[in-house]
Amino acid sequence: MPETAFLDARGEVLRDLPDFAREPETLRALYTAMVRARTFDAKAIALQRTGRLGTYASSLGQEAVSVGVAAAMAEEDVFLPSFREHGGQLWRGVTPEELFLYWGGDERGNDFAGPRQDFPVCVPVAAQFPHAAGVALAMQQTGEGVAVAIGGDGATSKGDFYEALNVVGAWDLPAVFVINNNQWAISMPRTEQTRARTLADKAVAAGLPGEQVDGNDVIAVREATARAIGRARGGEGGTLVECVSYRLGDHTTADDASRYRDDAEVSAHWKEEPLIRLRNHLVAEHGWGKAEEDALLRSCHDEIEAAAERYLATAPQPARAMFAHLYASLPEDVAAQAGEAGDG
Amino acid sequence: MPTEILMPALSPTMEEGTLAKWLVKEGDEVASGDILAEIETDKATMEFEAVDEGRIGKILISEGTANVAVNTPIAVLLEEGESAEDIESAESGGDETESKPAEKAEPASSKSPAKPKSEPAPQDPEIPEGTEMKSTAMREALRDAMAEEMRRDDSVFVMGEEVAEYQGAYKVTQGLLDEFGAKRVIDTPITEHGFAGLGVGAAFGGLRPIVEFMTWNFAMQAIDQIINSAAKTLYMSGGQMGCPMVFRGPNGAAARVAAQHSQDYAAWFAQIPGLKVVQPYSAADAKGLLKSAIRDPNPVIFLENEILYGKSFEVPVMDDFTVPLGKARIWREGSDVTLVSFGIGMTYALEAAEKLAEDGIEAEVIDLRTLRPMDTDAVIRSVKKTNRCVTIEEGWPVCSIGNHISAVLMQQAFDYLDAPVINCTGKDVPMPYAANLEKLALTSVAEVLDAVKQVTYR
Repeated sequence: MPETAFLDARGEVLRDLPDFAREPETLRALYTAMVRARTFDAKAIALQRTGRLGTYASSLGQEAVSVGVAAAMAEEDVFLPSFREHGGQLWRGVTPEELFLYWGGDERGNDFAGPRQDFPVCVPVAAQFPHAAGVALAMQQTGEGVAVAIGGDGATSKGDFYEALNVVGAWDLPAVFVINNNQWAISMPRTEQTRARTLADKAVAAGLPGEQVDGNDVIAVREATARAIGRARGGEGGTLVECVSYRLGDHTTADDASRYRDDAEVSAHWKEEPLIRLRNHLVAEHGWGKAEEDALLRSCHDEIEAAAERYLATAPQPARAMFAHLYASLPEDVAAQAGEAGDG
Repeated sequence: MPTEILMPALSPTMEEGTLAKWLVKEGDEVASGDILAEIETDKATMEFEAVDEGRIGKILISEGTANVAVNTPIAVLLEEGESAEDIESAESGGDETESKPAEKAEPASSKSPAKPKSEPAPQDPEIPEGTEMKSTAMREALRDAMAEEMRRDDSVFVMGEEVAEYQGAYKVTQGLLDEFGAKRVIDTPITEHGFAGLGVGAAFGGLRPIVEFMTWNFAMQAIDQIINSAAKTLYMSGGQMGCPMVFRGPNGAAARVAAQHSQDYAAWFAQIPGLKVVQPYSAADAKGLLKSAIRDPNPVIFLENEILYGKSFEVPVMDDFTVPLGKARIWREGSDVTLVSFGIGMTYALEAAEKLAEDGIEAEVIDLRTLRPMDTDAVIRSVKKTNRCVTIEEGWPVCSIGNHISAVLMQQAFDYLDAPVINCTGKDVPMPYAANLEKLALTSVAEVLDAVKQVTYR
């Protein structure tokens, strides 16, 4: 694999760490965010399996991509996530309760109390990339902010990905496109999706820099994304960052990956997953012990459980709510339908 | 016998042009294929070649003459043995062949289905009585609407293929680059899916984009962005993120551009919750509706028509003339039958109404103007008076706008109907390329007249 990393799978330091990765507080924050994302993920799946959440896309094993990218962003930047980037959304200030609401089928969960400028989860594959180019166009006019979109490896085969990448290149837009290459597009492995040597190579056609990093190393993800954002902020245009990770779970809760994927392959990738290596590094270099670990797990558990309780206690919306945000103000004919729908 | 050289049509929709430059002079010998002149239209400058060989006997239209109608004799070619004296006979009736720059409103093309009056009907509530009116071509009215809104609001910008340097594939954005600069009048690569999504993102990001599709046919590439992102994100974000933008461009059949470039998307987009859909007929409505569309906080589909671009209408001279979305307009009052149409369909409706009046049938003609939300109340009110209804559109018959109106009338005005509603539509086929078949595939004034005779039992 040609991708670059700072920590290997066991947490050994491979090369000089960037400045932020020498600060224990920063590393603990990154680790905390990944544990929080994984705790949310486990609860979401449990809720779905017990009929209390809709179809859910797990981020298991890809927490470093989502968290690393979000951690590289400034508050005023805009995050445009695909459906698998809960860790990044949580880092940016979306609450677990909002995420549960959204995945439970309540659109109010996308009306974030926190990062108002961030986009809701983009369900159509790759549609967020043209959106990001558009946000970047608006930002280019004001001179402030960078648009950061994440999609999966599967998205890089789509026309809208290429069209957006091309325009980012042509117009020097302040946009960073991140590929969470988890190596599976539902049942199609990365190797069958494209003959491209790397997904980062796809930047070449747009005249953009493309870079591949180890997506299981949150330090590498954050460092590469930060450099890309820095270039965009400095007026040097966009970048494509490919983060190579692995989808340890199913595509979604509606999928059973064991039907098309060897258990042996999955087991091998468990050895490379992103949390262990950073924890090992924290233990070895920054005095992280069992007490700290237990306290973190407990606090994440308590937070997510409490959010789930609030979500489950949320009253279902009345029938007329389905019309609430169809238009900025409802045209008469639709208003009549909303009235007929009533409070039932 | 001397041969007349006629003003050529450089495209099927060309009605007139400027004879920019003669490249030959009287007395020159020319062979087939020699370049005779340069002809300029609003779209292009093209060279015009000789078809026959001979000697230029006389130049009838001097270079620099604008608004020369297609098929006007512009020169006389002499064959071997003929002399300039022979020209007199060829030139007789020459008064009729002079260019008439003042007369430019009526399309010369036989493709044009009808010749409605260019004056707005008296019942135009948006225009105060006594307002000065100015004859304005549709494309200029659209341009003026964009320019006025861009002056009013810095966040409005226009983006699309050929909109800037080229001044618009159909010259609708003429002059905007000069006034507003390249940051607000943006040429895109050929990337409909890309720039439609980019416009959606820019709208979410706080701007008010006007996305021009060179024609709506190309917007099929972008329909995921229009429907799944533009129309649904306010809804799916629980109200957090709205999409104040306009998608606009020519829609429907043009002339001789074949199946993939000739279709009417009115019914497609009118079905989508979250969108507003406008298809104007007159230049005044186009201007007023486009200004409203640009200000609207929701995504608006704005369907123009290539054949109407060159057509002139009376447009009010007002500082800020707007027409509200969702309101139909009654073009002509009548008590015998209601004709409902929109966009270029209005040309059939209005001509049919005039012919019907000659037979003593008074048709009420309603221009829907906005297809979503649709002013069905105006149609119902009219049908309660006339008890009969014919709808007219160029689009396909299945799940058409006319079908919807028929259903609404059946559900809400059943007891007032004295006859089944008839939908005049295009034929249920891809648009033929052959000129004769193309004409037959569209609806026609004759079809409207037949339909009216049926619903009035005459």
